[in-house]
Amino acid sequence: MSPTTATLDTAAQASLGTPVPRLEARDKVTGTARYAAEQNPPRRAYGWPVPATIAHGRVTAVDTTAALALPGVLAVLTPYDAPRLGPSDDPTLQLLQDTRVPHRGWYVALAVADTLEGARAAAEAVRVGYEAEPHDVTLREGHPGLYTPEEVNGGYPAHREHGDPDAAFAAAPVRVDVRYSVPPLHNHAMEPHAATADWDAGRGHLTVYDSCQGTTVVRTVLAGLFRLPEDRVTVLAEHVGGGFGSKSTPRPHVVLAVMATRRCGRPVTVALPRQHLAACVGHRAPTLHRVRLGARPDGTLTSLTHEVLTHTSRVREFVEQAAVPGRVMYAVRDSRTTHRVAALDVPTPSWMRAPGETPGMYALESAMDELADALGMDPVELRVRNDPATEPDSGRPFSSRHLVECLREGATRFGWTGHRPPLREGPLLIGSGVAAATYPVYIAPAGARAHARPDGSYLVEVNATDIGTGARTVLSQIAADALGVPLDAVTLSLGNSALPPTPVAGGSAGTASWGWAVHDACTALTDRLARHHGPLPDAGLSASADTTQSAKQKPPYARHAFGAHFAEVQADTVTGEVRVRRLLGVFAAGRILNPRTARSQFIGGMVMGLGMALTEHSGLDPAFGDFAERDLAAYHVPVNADVPAVEAHWIDEHDKHLNPMGGKGIGEIGIVGAAAAIGNAVSRATGRRLRELPLTPDRVLAALSVPDTGPV
Amino acid sequence: MAHATDPPAPGPAHGTPDHAAAGDHRSRVSLRVNGARRDLDLDHRVTLLDALREHLDLTGSKKGCDHGQCGACTVLVDGRRANSCLLLAVTLDGCGITTVEGLAAPDGALHPLQRAFVEHDAFQCGYCTPGQLCSAVGALREAAAGHPSHVTADAAQAGPAVLTAEEIRERLSGNLCRCGAYPAIVRAVADAGTDPAATGTAVEAAV
Ligand code: FES
Ligand code: FES
Repeated sequence: MSPTTATLDTAAQASLGTPVPRLEARDKVTGTARYAAEQNPPRRAYGWPVPATIAHGRVTAVDTTAALALPGVLAVLTPYDAPRLGPSDDPTLQLLQDTRVPHRGWYVALAVADTLEGARAAAEAVRVGYEAEPHDVTLREGHPGLYTPEEVNGGYPAHREHGDPDAAFAAAPVRVDVRYSVPPLHNHAMEPHAATADWDAGRGHLTVYDSCQGTTVVRTVLAGLFRLPEDRVTVLAEHVGGGFGSKSTPRPHVVLAVMATRRCGRPVTVALPRQHLAACVGHRAPTLHRVRLGARPDGTLTSLTHEVLTHTSRVREFVEQAAVPGRVMYAVRDSRTTHRVAALDVPTPSWMRAPGETPGMYALESAMDELADALGMDPVELRVRNDPATEPDSGRPFSSRHLVECLREGATRFGWTGHRPPLREGPLLIGSGVAAATYPVYIAPAGARAHARPDGSYLVEVNATDIGTGARTVLSQIAADALGVPLDAVTLSLGNSALPPTPVAGGSAGTASWGWAVHDACTALTDRLARHHGPLPDAGLSASADTTQSAKQKPPYARHAFGAHFAEVQADTVTGEVRVRRLLGVFAAGRILNPRTARSQFIGGMVMGLGMALTEHSGLDPAFGDFAERDLAAYHVPVNADVPAVEAHWIDEHDKHLNPMGGKGIGEIGIVGAAAAIGNAVSRATGRRLRELPLTPDRVLAALSVPDTGPV
Repeated sequence: MAHATDPPAPGPAHGTPDHAAAGDHRSRVSLRVNGARRDLDLDHRVTLLDALREHLDLTGSKKGCDHGQCGACTVLVDGRRANSCLLLAVTLDGCGITTVEGLAAPDGALHPLQRAFVEHDAFQCGYCTPGQLCSAVGALREAAAGHPSHVTADAAQAGPAVLTAEEIRERLSGNLCRCGAYPAIVRAVADAGTDPAATGTAVEAAV
């Protein structure tokens, strides 16, 4: 297939582009939508894991006597007697296989009982002996363990350099050299990770309901771990209560649930307590940034250096690719974007909504704002001036890039005036800020099937997972349009690993990847139907598609979505509290396939960005090696009262170099840049530059207590 | 940052059961759940949330934290909203419980709030939604009864509270939504709040 793909025709009754309400909306508002822990097979038991209470060392003994003596306790699995697992690429899934404790919260046992209360009590009654070793959980500049990895998350090279950024920086008439810090953050989807596993020894079949972002990968990994043929494992995920990256690959709960059902011979649900999540399902790694920008007095960038330090665990290397946006954003010949990482005694970091771009654009877009201040230039104009004609790192042309249009449109809608002076209302300081957003276009091969039934209805099968994105709805729209039929003629079946393999809901690539397969299957079915004469056979007609060839084509284009955020904030000089008054985003993300669900995605990302800016923080306690914020009382996700008027708009892009639907993916870009816009607004309001997130009252008050030293 | 105006948690309005079943750790308890009497023999450790989810197979009420921190488990207990994960079921003998499953009419007609949530796309993953809906019913009742909130300008004023967007945000801040559907939730509640039927539920009307 040529890299230029035809875009779906807007047929007469086209459903794509219209604000179709979520197809599962009724199930969700009536409480009939069932999630993984809500499957209730007969004789179901409950598992409750036991987390390690040391940060580094090993287990020396596990005394299960008291636990097993409790009523209704079926088993306690320990490192000494748990089933031996087969191999997995992800070492965090090798649970209870040895006695080593790589971080606090690592699971060291699993109690199983016939009631939830019994399992919890049994887990508490398990006595674990440890031999503790010294631990180190603190990332800092100059940490002796820092090294440059080969690549960072997403498969990007860790280090890229063009020209001589140091010489260019030294020669630049206007310079900023600034450091930012983003703390560890946690996804905390509202549904804690849970799985209900049911091993049918008679049939030799394992059925698992898992709260995950994709069942194909869960099936593959479980089949490997439990040494079962893949066709003896079925993983189901009809409804998933959010993921934001933390459910992208199998997590410990599902492995433990399967161990337990195999050991006990009855179905077992493992629903992780919220307090366990911080340590065992991933987090956004902390990042320390140093950004150096050099420019001419007219704002033209002459040097860009973005250096990122981050941590990973001793179990698995995961490197947050926070310097990567600098390879995409601005036209500058001399640049360096680089990462170094230290493996510490910390839980294993993983994906959280727009990994890399989220912290990276916080730093880069804050530094751009500081440069605009140093230049005395409107930060919108600074970005416009440095908008590149081709992707700076690769030199490839953009398939489409409308960042400037997003900035202009946003400025108009927001009422942005380049150098609006800060306002004061009583004790409140008020100011506005702007930042850009970017997120790459990813796509992965997928399969789908379409069936025409004699009654005129259609069944489309694709192993998508709708974690709240609206995938079920938009894929049905894609199918209806490709079949040329009304939406209600199509039934979509998803969330089942027995369907052809598909990638996960991640990387903002779900709609593109699954949708392409749905489109191709439905187009093939339409062709078959056109050639068919007379009534359909009782079994109907079917067609299938596999996009392995087309999705793997590497186009000669740089493909990214772009956007711009505008924020107005108030900072209270008495309490130090910052509140966002308005947040407005404009995005250019290809064709918007369903404006209703798309708006919710954009806004949801912006709200998470607001949390990152103002309230969200997971701190690693140096003494105990633990995340101090382990529940929703301590880890502050934004609440309704924190979230003011939030608006999302978009620019219609017609990009022929993406996929048949013409969309770029929208799940992540909403969070990218939002924290920078808010931080820049705080700086404008207060005259102080805070460079460490989140912007909590203590930090704001401390900054305000230092005299304003003139323009920031 | 902000806190919800939590009404006092419903106490054991009808007393604890005096007819403990065999054994020290279990008791019989009778609840009226969505209008139907449900007799249960429960371990004392069972919360109302787990009684609903694990014993009555009413899984609409969600468990987001089990510690009263997220509101996903919000139900109405004798007409007032409460975090069901913080209540032990055996303390609620004789109480009326309304869950999300009890909001729509028996003929399937959605409650005004459910309708508004669908219309305004006031959710994504849907996991917080049952709690948001039950909490919104409770919040509308509290406003109608004149309960002030933290942002009510004149807390001493008599009569129903005017539900501005700010009031709705404040009153629903005990219900977290990690999908960030708050702006749509506020619009949905404002919209449904104009419908006098929104403070009622079908099962309660039928009692
Ligand atoms: S589950 Fe009850 S408040 Fe979170
Ligand atoms: S809709 Fe997902 S948490 Fe609210």
